[in-house]
Amino acid sequence: MGSDFVALSLPPLLIGLCASMACALPGNFLILRKQALIGDAISHVVLPGIVVAFLVTGQVSTWPMMIGAAGAAITAVLLIELIRRVGRIESGAAMGVIFTSMFAAGVLLLEQSDTSQVHLDVEHALFGNLESLIWLDAEGWASFFQIKALAGLPVELLRMATVLLAVSAFVYIFWRPLALICFDEPYARTRGIAATALGFALVTLTAIAAVAAFDAVGSIIVIAMIICPPATARLMVNSLRSQVIYSQVLAIMATVLGYMFAGYVPLWLGFSNTLSAAGMIASMSGVFLACAALFGPHRRRNI
Amino acid sequence: MLWSALNLTLGYNATLVTIGATLLGIATGISGTFLYLRKNALISDAISHATLPGLGAAFLFMTGVGLDGRNLIGLLGGSAISAALGLMIVTWLTTKTRLSQDAAIGSVLSVFFAFGVVLLTVIQALPSGRQAGLETFLLGSTAGMLFNDAVLILVLGAITTSILVLFRRPIILVSFDSTYAKTLGISPQKTDYLVLAVALAVTVIGMKIAGLILIVALLIIAPVAARFWSEKSDIIILISAIFGGLSGYLGTAISATAPGLPTGPIIVLCSFVLFLVSFLLAPRRGVLAAARSFWVFQRTVHMTQGLLLIAQNQPIYEPKTKRILQRRGFIRADGVATQAGRALAAKTLLNERRWSFWRNKMQQTGNLDESIVYSLVSIETKLTPDQIESIDRGLSEEQQERV
Repeated sequence: MGSDFVALSLPPLLIGLCASMACALPGNFLILRKQALIGDAISHVVLPGIVVAFLVTGQVSTWPMMIGAAGAAITAVLLIELIRRVGRIESGAAMGVIFTSMFAAGVLLLEQSDTSQVHLDVEHALFGNLESLIWLDAEGWASFFQIKALAGLPVELLRMATVLLAVSAFVYIFWRPLALICFDEPYARTRGIAATALGFALVTLTAIAAVAAFDAVGSIIVIAMIICPPATARLMVNSLRSQVIYSQVLAIMATVLGYMFAGYVPLWLGFSNTLSAAGMIASMSGVFLACAALFGPHRRRNI
Repeated sequence: MLWSALNLTLGYNATLVTIGATLLGIATGISGTFLYLRKNALISDAISHATLPGLGAAFLFMTGVGLDGRNLIGLLGGSAISAALGLMIVTWLTTKTRLSQDAAIGSVLSVFFAFGVVLLTVIQALPSGRQAGLETFLLGSTAGMLFNDAVLILVLGAITTSILVLFRRPIILVSFDSTYAKTLGISPQKTDYLVLAVALAVTVIGMKIAGLILIVALLIIAPVAARFWSEKSDIIILISAIFGGLSGYLGTAISATAPGLPTGPIIVLCSFVLFLVSFLLAPRRGVLAAARSFWVFQRTVHMTQGLLLIAQNQPIYEPKTKRILQRRGFIRADGVATQAGRALAAKTLLNERRWSFWRNKMQQTGNLDESIVYSLVSIETKLTPDQIESIDRGLSEEQQERV
């Protein structure tokens, strides 16, 4: 637990924590609104957004890519709504048409453009590069009190923490209307809540969390964290408040345990290579869900 | 170049790939239609992502027992097993816990895929793993397609789709009215398993060409596009097969024309173009047709309202109604009705009276179909002369009573 830990493991762990929590928080409301797969759709369409941003600016820089990705996510959500309503297609199929087509366009653009000099490929988009987000300036825990060393912290950490704060603030401020549109949307409308706008805001915020997390940790964590911790919590408790709290605790546990299993356990067992941290974190959240589905006190439907 | 690719004269390998992709498109088009009609389209997403851990595990197993880890049959078998496991978990979560289907699909696809990625990092650490080439399954690759692969697609695709086509009656019955199907002794569970098993088989077969992420597109887009063109399930299946085959054929041909055009995405984009055309241009369900029928409906409402006002000697204030009536020569610019206008107005009023009499009668017996806007259709086209005569008799009796 020395300087190596602070420099090499702590930043990715913290970034992973922020990403997991920021995704799991809106996920609670999405699974209740039967929109869980929106996270899946968003994480696929982020690819064309990033590639277009790269083609426009010609460089791999953070902000244009974030804007491109968020733009693509919002475009996709609007297109899905459009063809669902105008074409009278069931929402799952509408989603399937749009996100697969946009993903295909992204892969095509990526293959067509000259990205050989930059670190931009499909696998990076899927798996993220959590392990590479290290803090080279750190020399131990004391570095947290040195301004010079703090400046070398990975920018992803600050960004992810900001997004987590923003998502938490949104959920805190709109707690009651959000709860209402999840459980009884018609009633919420009669109470004067702009349910459509709030629903769109929820999806947009999820998209922002997903895009920010995606850059740091890859799309696997994003999809898994939007769905698994809230779903697990839903099988364990019966009130929305405790569900949200449980989902956050579960997201933290999955991240810490997953990171440990990926980075440390193989070395302790005598293997020389570590495993994919993003993959392991998402797998851990799946293990929790499996346990809750088998033993959770509220796993059955209330009849 | 494109022409010779379409002609299948671009050499042995390109021809093989084109035929393989066309067959795959047909197979996915047919099996996807059944998923879509059962409102299960996105379950294909869970199937395809859930293949990854099986792929990795099969490679590790085969290498472990001393076989060639890249044996295609072994890899596909492994993916089929893990995809089946994923499907079982989705079904189990949906039926036995209170999670909804979308949450079940999402959790299975993300967790299985994540575990598959973990296994891929294990494989990359192996000395033999560097050349495993399992990443090609993510986005698909047609470069290394062999004659045997094409035969495999042909045989498995033919078997699976003919099973579906044979059992299409019960499956479609379940899709549209599962309660009624149950009373006929058809188990919705069994037909669902059949469709899912076929979708799984097609996914596993197509993974090598389209890649496991884009195979979802093939299973969804062509059926959704085909749905626009018909209300008859057999025709939808046929059109979906044609669309699927066409996108496979055109997609491979286009991607053969230049290096760096990946086959999988081009096939998907071809089917998206077919979707777009259907979405816009299909008769009845397409956007343009819907807009046109809305416009016609609006015009009919204005006409009818205006003519009724003329018949009752009341002034028309609504400018749009005025414009429509004037353009057709039913009123003059100063708002006074013409001869033709008066004649049609009288006819419209009679139509309206007859309908309202009939509506009252139907309402009393509880047979009124509320979904029809009766005033807008001519009664002669809906009822028999006998019925109209009896309505007229009723109307004149009413009038006498009032007098």
